[in-house]
Amino acid sequence: MLDPRGWRMTEQQEPKKAPRPKIPRQKMPEQSAIERAHNFYEVALGYTNDLALLEASRCLRCKKPYCMKGCPVEIDIPDFIEMIKQGDLIGASWKIKEKNSLPRIAGRVCPQETQCEATCVLNKKGKGEPCAIGRLERFVADWAAQHAADELPELPKPTGHKVAVVGSGPAGLTLAGGLIKKGIAVTVMEALHELGGVLVYGIPEFRLPKAIVKAEIDELRRLGVEFKTNWVVGRVETVDDLLEKHDCVFIGTGAGAPLFLRIPGENLNGVYSANEYLTRSNLMRAYMFPEADTPIAKGRRVVVFGGGNVAMDSARTALRLGAEEVTIVYRRTMAELPARAEETHHAEEEGIKFKLLTAPLEILGNEAGWIVGIRCQEMELGEPDESGRRRPVPVEGKLFDIECDTAIVAIGNAANPLVPSTTKNLETNKWGNIVADLETGKTSRDRIWAGGDIVTGAATVILAMGAGRKAANSVMQTFGVS
Amino acid sequence: MFEILEKARIGPGVHRAVISALEIARAHRPGQFVILRCYDQGERIPLTIADKDSEKGTITLVWQEVGVTTYHFGTMEVGERLQDLCGPLGKPTHIENFGTVVGVGGGIGIAPLYPITKGMMAAGNHVISIIGARTEGLLFMTEEMRKVSHELLISTDDGSYGIHGFVTQVLKDLIDKGTKVDMVVAIGPVPMMKAVANLTRGYNLPTVVSLNPIMVDGTGMCGACRVEVGGKTMFGCVDGPEFDGHLVDFDLLTKRLAMYKGPELIALNRFRETERGCKCSIPGGGA
Ligand SMILES: Cc1cc2nc3c(=O)[nH]c(=O)nc-3n(C[C@H](O)[C@H](O)[C@H](O)COP(=O)(O)OP(=O)(O)OC[C@H]3O[C@@H](n4cnc5c(N)ncnc54)[C@H](O)[C@@H]3O)c2cc1C
Ligand code: FES
Repeated sequence: MLDPRGWRMTEQQEPKKAPRPKIPRQKMPEQSAIERAHNFYEVALGYTNDLALLEASRCLRCKKPYCMKGCPVEIDIPDFIEMIKQGDLIGASWKIKEKNSLPRIAGRVCPQETQCEATCVLNKKGKGEPCAIGRLERFVADWAAQHAADELPELPKPTGHKVAVVGSGPAGLTLAGGLIKKGIAVTVMEALHELGGVLVYGIPEFRLPKAIVKAEIDELRRLGVEFKTNWVVGRVETVDDLLEKHDCVFIGTGAGAPLFLRIPGENLNGVYSANEYLTRSNLMRAYMFPEADTPIAKGRRVVVFGGGNVAMDSARTALRLGAEEVTIVYRRTMAELPARAEETHHAEEEGIKFKLLTAPLEILGNEAGWIVGIRCQEMELGEPDESGRRRPVPVEGKLFDIECDTAIVAIGNAANPLVPSTTKNLETNKWGNIVADLETGKTSRDRIWAGGDIVTGAATVILAMGAGRKAANSVMQTFGVS
Repeated sequence: MFEILEKARIGPGVHRAVISALEIARAHRPGQFVILRCYDQGERIPLTIADKDSEKGTITLVWQEVGVTTYHFGTMEVGERLQDLCGPLGKPTHIENFGTVVGVGGGIGIAPLYPITKGMMAAGNHVISIIGARTEGLLFMTEEMRKVSHELLISTDDGSYGIHGFVTQVLKDLIDKGTKVDMVVAIGPVPMMKAVANLTRGYNLPTVVSLNPIMVDGTGMCGACRVEVGGKTMFGCVDGPEFDGHLVDFDLLTKRLAMYKGPELIALNRFRETERGCKCSIPGGGA
């Protein structure tokens, strides 16, 4: 039953009538919901060898691999899965790394269900579940990190070019990795004391262990990338200062400025932006307080505004910090929830409550300036808006209060204006995002490239990586390096 | 990097240190601050830069022991290094020739006032400085302040040194005497800045205050530093730290500054039991 080739033959000979493989999509072992709701260890534990082989055997090795079309960086998916089947895990790892230099991270945080797995042929209507490409990517990358961590590719002679990178998120890191491997000197400047951008300050340990991010960055360091932390470009020096000492500059500063609801009571104690809440817990390790010095309000009843991944991460973090009740308040219904299905599912399993069709009107406080509750408006879905989603509208007269002692606002981020406002003639759009060519990363200014969330607005890790890769190619082309 | 080159206790619970920070010293403008961490599990706290020497590549920080980090920093010695030092952050003070500028510094606020009066003097202003503290022992940097002021007025709440009374009273007397004042810069404890702003509002005197909200990143990423100015929410770290004193909601600031009172005490008590914590004399019970 385990002969993968057999399945493939069947598929190719009689693509329409052939019986589908009977092997179901393999679940990834994870900590039980009861256990994990109280610790910060990684939720998902990863495939074993056997599970990986079984799952790999489900791949049909299609002639026209639609999965690759769904991947923003076009990893050669059928090939790497084939190598798993043949037991060549090192080869599979290199295959992935040809297109994605941070696979342990992508394998954990990519929304595969809307990318490669959405276009997988097995996923087509009525044919069952897609091949678990993301889980296989993670398996291969973890295996390679454990068994072949010290292998570095041979580096070419230095070309003499120097590139400055502003921001150490996935966009900047990917660009740095791409250029250093071609002999181009790279220095990455990061405002915070740790490298990794949202990967270290935003995405929680239980979804993406910080040790993994650190290992990926250490690899770049061993390849020769220079890093400067505590280095706020726009304050210590401007992009124009950097251009005097470098051949070009890449801006990958992310979408780091939190939006608030603009309702009364928002500045009460106990009201956090998701960025602050997650930064305190992740970057500053407030979950270890008082072993780590940074405190965080350990709410008993916590309300989270928003329905995206950031809201899920905040809610699940609150739970792990010891909250008795955590409620996600969202204006629309479960069907419109923008978070990844897997994350919503995990949150529900862990006991997070959802208060849907609800909009906050006011945050209620006491004399001492602490939040005691929120006043809410019941909503219903009306006509579709420009985005095609049905617009939530208030139900006349239906107001109610929710008691809480902590609230986390997770309704999105805007562009941080520091770099654009200190760089002359750098074109931005009406939201403050830097205008850059999506294929090359070139901006309105000569020798300045940009990519990631600062260009697209808050998006995904893999899109930021893709932008870093495209910009690296464009920079190399400009330098005449191939 | 970030080595402590000089350090002195300049008052009860008040320290001054000169720290090697080449890039920060080069880029610093009056009014800006740094964020530092003392050790790898430390928190990030902002401190306004009190002085710098761009040639030597050093900055001077002055701080008062209040929470675990300021106590920890207080125990660090010459030769030790800060874990992290990030800056300069925040918008620099708007400095131009306004005419006559009065700088008002209360307690620890004297330190951040110093580079501003220095800058105001260099810009051609007539600078009058009013500095004050609860009692004589808590006054510091008086000689430095004298050098960057055309007139220096000193007061203590208990009358142990200089004029007996609050700095606000000294300012009021100065204005009532008919002194032409074009601009007031007030830095110190929140109640002092509030009192100065309330006073100068009556005289319609432009007044700048420097706020010290709780911060985490200091780059506009988290919003921990939210303050309300003229009814609008602003981020202390990037929109400030200086704001129009007549528009600041000081009561909100006071409440927000008290947000972590409980945890701060726990952290401090824990620190006191460490080897390093024994070195400093933390007053029992209170923080
Ligand atoms: C809580 C949370 C959960 C998420 N979960 C997912 C997920 O599961 N899957 C997914 O695909 N995406 C997820 N995302 C989105 C994803 O993290 C981002 O799209 C991605 O990190 C953007 O990468 P970037 O390189 O553009 O910027 P960032 O990761 O934002 O990094 C930018 C870096 O630049 C630094 N910087 C900013 N200004 C300056 C300056 N002036 N000088 C020096 N440095 C500066 C910042 O400190 C930061 O470190 C999540 C985001 C958040 C906040
Ligand atoms: S301290 Fe984080 S935004 Fe100001």
